[in-house]
Amino acid sequence: MRYEEMGLTEGDFYSRNFQKGAREDTLILNLGPQHPATHGVLRVIVELDGEYVIRAEPVIGYLHRMHEKMAEGRSLYQYLPNMGRVDYGHALGWNWALVGAVERLAGFEVPERAEYIRVITTELNRITSHLLWWGAFTLDLGAITPIMYAFDDRERLLDILQMATGSRLTHSSFRVGGVCTDINDKFVAACKEAIPHMRARLPMYRDLVTGNTILRNRLEGVGVFDADLCRRYGGSGPVARGSGIDYDVRKTENLSIYSRFDWKVAVQQAGDSMARYLVRMDEMEQSLNIIEQALASLPEGKVMMAKAPKVTWAVPKGESYFAFEAARGKAGVHLVSNGGKFPYKIKLRSPCFSNLSLFAEAARGTLLADALAILGSLDLVIPEIDR
Amino acid sequence: MSAIKKILQPVADLWSLVVGLQITGRNFTRSQVTVHYPRQEVDPEVNASYRGPIMLVAHPRNQAKPKCTACMICVTACPSSCITVVKAPVPTVTPEQEKAFQEAEARGEEVERPSAPREPVIWINDFSLCSLCGVCVEACPTHCIEFSHDLYSVGTSRSDFMHDLLVPFPEALRPATPEAPKAEEN
Repeated sequence: MRYEEMGLTEGDFYSRNFQKGAREDTLILNLGPQHPATHGVLRVIVELDGEYVIRAEPVIGYLHRMHEKMAEGRSLYQYLPNMGRVDYGHALGWNWALVGAVERLAGFEVPERAEYIRVITTELNRITSHLLWWGAFTLDLGAITPIMYAFDDRERLLDILQMATGSRLTHSSFRVGGVCTDINDKFVAACKEAIPHMRARLPMYRDLVTGNTILRNRLEGVGVFDADLCRRYGGSGPVARGSGIDYDVRKTENLSIYSRFDWKVAVQQAGDSMARYLVRMDEMEQSLNIIEQALASLPEGKVMMAKAPKVTWAVPKGESYFAFEAARGKAGVHLVSNGGKFPYKIKLRSPCFSNLSLFAEAARGTLLADALAILGSLDLVIPEIDR
Repeated sequence: MSAIKKILQPVADLWSLVVGLQITGRNFTRSQVTVHYPRQEVDPEVNASYRGPIMLVAHPRNQAKPKCTACMICVTACPSSCITVVKAPVPTVTPEQEKAFQEAEARGEEVERPSAPREPVIWINDFSLCSLCGVCVEACPTHCIEFSHDLYSVGTSRSDFMHDLLVPFPEALRPATPEAPKAEEN
């Protein structure tokens, strides 16, 4: 009604409220599909001057599935499978964030073998997640073949992950106090076979894509984020590490057993899209190092603590926060319990949400094609943003 | 210096494309890694660890009956409320039996009235809601639910995904259909 009075007859709420700038000769463009049945529904409204982006505004919420509200109506045990659906790319990272928050609140000790299994599977999952991103990102930039190579390797790793978690995408094998299935010799043998195979593939990726002049020209110097911009918006993960911020929750908070292994946090100083790309490629290598060392020192023992919580177990009263370094950044779970059957409130800190917030500022003044390269380099998983 | 670089840079750029094409060429000669699904299937060994739609475990003494005791713990544990279990009802007592019981009670004997068998008559898993989380498998006190390794669960209608888990058990109890009493009357 009010809009009609203002002379606005076209567009929906968002495009009407995306106010036109001072200039008359600009074009407003909606990027991205918005049908709820499509995958990864992110919409970005951009104001263009020719091919240059003057302003960009992401519109989110098309994939909101009220994961936080769902936690208030089910016991924690029943809520665990939800974590695999928050971020389909790195499901086990989110699994760990939730069980970690509960274990911190209840003061549970996880058996050593379970910790090792968690590390191995989570790092395998990180590699599959980065491979998925690598394929999809190069697809965004117009290279069709890399995703075929990425999926070839990803499927091999998923076969291994399936042995430990039972599923290929929405893994949820972590339980409060351990993991649900033990790994066997077959798993260990398959892992030991996959590590050299992946190590041989990474240089091939470098020759095929990273060294490619077309890719380098598309990414180098495009979307430079300085460390300050990342800090202001709470950017984390490869986005922050690509801008020279040496911040990895696994290292800084000394999580679990990560300090026992010899590995480095991948950091690049340039801050452009290429730096974020290289951080992820380095991370895959570091993950392989961690898996190799964890397999070498895998202890025997139980994978579930004694008197592990059952389905109807009520979380003790109190609150806790636990963050884990997921493939996309700092995945945090803030758990508040009043001692009842269900948690009182669970807040999920999504890294992609913060990383997407950077985009509006970072995309200003870039070419439209570069803006898409920046968007791809953030490695967004829309279900995680909308939760 | 920059003039030399200007000449060499395009050469290096072109060489990076050649390197990429070499890799593509090498992989072109490699054998195929994908599986032509309807004609071929993946190695069953790979499926062995896959947690597919749930199924019931047979009774250890009678393979034709399910081990399930219809305790309903899985129904309450399921986060997606996709399990429907109906317990076997108490058998109906005919007037003659009732008379015999009363007489026996009058004589002061201890009467054992028929009790409900600890078995399900309906066990349906709505696979369209199931998220394969395995909470029911872990919650079951008698360990009578397990994951199948069926990768190829497909259907053309919604009702195809209402998995009746009692089908593999020929001796499982079934609910008395409304037609059955009529047949007895005739």
